[in-house]
Amino acid sequence: MRNIDRTLPSASTAVQGWLLLLPAFVLLVAFTHYPAVATLVDSFFSTPKGARPSIWVGLENYDVMVHDPVFWKAATNNLWFALATIPCSIGIALAMALWVNERMTGRGFLRMAYFTPTVLPMIAVANIWLFFYTPGYGLLEQITGVLGFPTHNWLGNQHTALGAITLVAIWKESGFFMIFYLAALQSLNPSLREAAAIEGASRWYYFRRVLWPLLMPTTLFVMINAVINAVRMVDHVFVLTRGGPDNASTLLVYHLFQVGFSYWDTGYAAAITVVLLAILATTALFQFFILDRKVHYK
Amino acid sequence: MKRSAPSRLVYNDPGWIDTLAAWVLALLWILPLLYAVWTAFHPSEYSTRFTLFAPLTLDNFVHAWAAAPFARYFLNTVLLVSMVLGCQLVLGTLAAYAFARYEFPGKNALFALVLVQLMIMPDILLVENYKTMARLGVVDTLLAVGLPYFASAFAIFLLRQTFMGIPRELDEAARVEGASAMQILWRIYVPLAKPVYTAFALVSVSFHWNNFLWPVIITNSVSARPLTVGLQVFSSTDQGVDWSIITAATLMTSAPLLIGFLLFQRQFVQSFMRAGIK
Repeated sequence: MRNIDRTLPSASTAVQGWLLLLPAFVLLVAFTHYPAVATLVDSFFSTPKGARPSIWVGLENYDVMVHDPVFWKAATNNLWFALATIPCSIGIALAMALWVNERMTGRGFLRMAYFTPTVLPMIAVANIWLFFYTPGYGLLEQITGVLGFPTHNWLGNQHTALGAITLVAIWKESGFFMIFYLAALQSLNPSLREAAAIEGASRWYYFRRVLWPLLMPTTLFVMINAVINAVRMVDHVFVLTRGGPDNASTLLVYHLFQVGFSYWDTGYAAAITVVLLAILATTALFQFFILDRKVHYK
Repeated sequence: MKRSAPSRLVYNDPGWIDTLAAWVLALLWILPLLYAVWTAFHPSEYSTRFTLFAPLTLDNFVHAWAAAPFARYFLNTVLLVSMVLGCQLVLGTLAAYAFARYEFPGKNALFALVLVQLMIMPDILLVENYKTMARLGVVDTLLAVGLPYFASAFAIFLLRQTFMGIPRELDEAARVEGASAMQILWRIYVPLAKPVYTAFALVSVSFHWNNFLWPVIITNSVSARPLTVGLQVFSSTDQGVDWSIITAATLMTSAPLLIGFLLFQRQFVQSFMRAGIK
């Protein structure tokens, strides 16, 4: 430590440090670390029913999971949901940031329009989208109706339900990611652009060879957030489809909610949570070993 | 080159196509919201008929307000958001101060443990946290809704970064004057970190105002439900789906955030930026 001579680590300062940390740490352990470990343990026990306490069942909950078609449906849906929301929202966010960063007519309005979905409650905006998608009546149907398309139940159809909730998610988070790109763009040296202009680089060349590499740390950071959101974002499913029709739009956390709090099968719910924790932990390790190293060497 | 220097470097500046595309995207983005505003302020027969002279009305809001205990939901959400924010700031400040300015055994390991929460949010650990709340006997209370979020790794992390950037000379000077550690924290560190507190507060308030999954699990009565859950209960109980009233309720529940955002747009955007970069 740089200031080792000034802050002598005496016993009393150590105790003071611990005491300052204590309240926050107790709560963190109680609601993050303990439940994470308890979930893992519980996933090897049966669900207690009435007077019957839970017993060790080994991998039985995982066996149930592997043979649960709804789990696989939720996992596949979630994968598609992630594969669509992550690149789309990052691409849109980048375009938004590049535009808003310019001296463009109505820049204030543009930034406001892009960012507004981020500050609104997902539950509230999902209600608006529900109305938007209503067959034969909502705005979307009116537009497609004018264009001569037959009426279509976007949320009630197996083939379009997942796409419909994915669209809402992209709409919701793009503006949020725009902020990070905007911050990065504003911190760039303006002479880079002038230099590129003097060299006669085209806009596309300037973007591909100068901006994109310089924005790489931001992209990685945003990507981590997008992955977490793809796992966590589920509120709109409650409003729009409730996972239906026939589980066509269920996601992992929604399935977890149903297993844990509709069927009260807590043992199996613990096993699903372990899978989610594994996904998040992998993301964390990826960030720690790939992303942080990149930032360090910069 | 000299001549064009003060003006824009024309050819890698955005052209009219960019402006057009940016505006189309912005209008698309704001469209659902405009649509909701239209529906909420017009009688239901106009909810999907767009004519310039459709009569304006506030009846939808009056009906929505009367149809469910929204006053209570508002109170719950305000109490919840302030309780969570207050605890996050106090606990976060103390912990961040410890990490930034104290030397104690296990400091790095403890900090790593704090950072775990950035990845494994309480939002995922629903079943175990529900069991904990049941054991504490607080299921279906506001306290239970807020408790898992009282200690925020994000707050600790942000404040630690900020505190570490404050020159040590300042607190040494204060120490010479005879100030205690707590006085130094309160008189020097907290005032200097004010922009970070604002940034964190805006992010935290909008997160908890909007939070849904955990509250819907842990509450089942009017007295504990926050707005998001109240809105969901209201709009999903089939009361002859009147979209005008539902959109009115929807706008009502988002209004404080929306108005706050429109008034303090700069602060919001900068806060989210500041919170994201650190």
